[in-house]
Amino acid sequence: MYTFLLSKIEVGSHLYVNFSDTLHLHGETVIVSTLVVSFLTLFLVLGTRDLKKVPGNFQNLIEVVYDLVKSIAFTQMGPSYYSQFLPFTATIFLFVLGSNLAGALIPWKLIEIPSGELAAPTNDINTTACLALLTSMAYFGAGFKIKGIGYFKRYIKPAPFFLPINIVEDFTKPLSLNFRLFGNVVADELTVTVICSLVPLIIPLPIMMLGLFASSLQALIFATLASAYIGEVIE
Amino acid sequence: MVDSIIAGCSVIAAAIAVGFAGLGPGIGQGNAAGQAVEGIARQPEAEGKIRGTLLLSLAFMESLTIYGLVVALSVLFANPFVGS
Repeated sequence: MYTFLLSKIEVGSHLYVNFSDTLHLHGETVIVSTLVVSFLTLFLVLGTRDLKKVPGNFQNLIEVVYDLVKSIAFTQMGPSYYSQFLPFTATIFLFVLGSNLAGALIPWKLIEIPSGELAAPTNDINTTACLALLTSMAYFGAGFKIKGIGYFKRYIKPAPFFLPINIVEDFTKPLSLNFRLFGNVVADELTVTVICSLVPLIIPLPIMMLGLFASSLQALIFATLASAYIGEVIE
Repeated sequence: MVDSIIAGCSVIAAAIAVGFAGLGPGIGQGNAAGQAVEGIARQPEAEGKIRGTLLLSLAFMESLTIYGLVVALSVLFANPFVGS
């Protein structure tokens, strides 16, 4: 495929691991997301192993995280349903936050791989597409679970002629979630890369801090929107 | 020859996509921030809540710009019109 190369910046080059002609996976995405998932598992298992009445430092940290995800789910879904969907919201939030921070904080450039480079798993559009599709499956599932077949009444809700708009909305929701996360992460990395290629010292630091802030905010937004979509169908 | 014309057009298209995508959200973010400042001036005790909502809505508006950026990036780096 023909690509422009402006000062050696490439978007969308991956380390392909081929299984057959049609089946291949993106090596660096799989490696980094596996690392993120195992780190998160370790963090949560160690943090919740022996819970005490008077929490220590580590348990305090875990409780802050729990309060945060609980407040996201609680404000979007209301007091009676939030506990059922809290695991989903928490998983999405922690995974997106973990992978964004992994891309921003760890100096992956030091590790050379044959093609592409190790970076946040969310800068691969397949990861974000998967997360977005999981969100749509979650809200379909939530609607069917809570409302049964009456879920379909939602499509003709304000008036019957809203039907096409409501159907299109089901497709635009995951699409916008997908592009929002992907675009933000790629935009952060691209800005840092471009500025680094112009001025490699000091100057990129504020931009990197901004990127760190924006990527945590994106995790919050993704989780908030996912719970808002679920809350919308079950209300 | 055709490829270079497509390349030139793609660069211009990317510039237009990002530029116009920045226009609307810029106005929207300005409005939102102005209203938030007004709200804080009227009710300083609600500052924390207003700031949280403001950041969230600013990020939503910013995502519209990001859509333009995604279009620009795909035109620049993964152009579907350039022959293989």
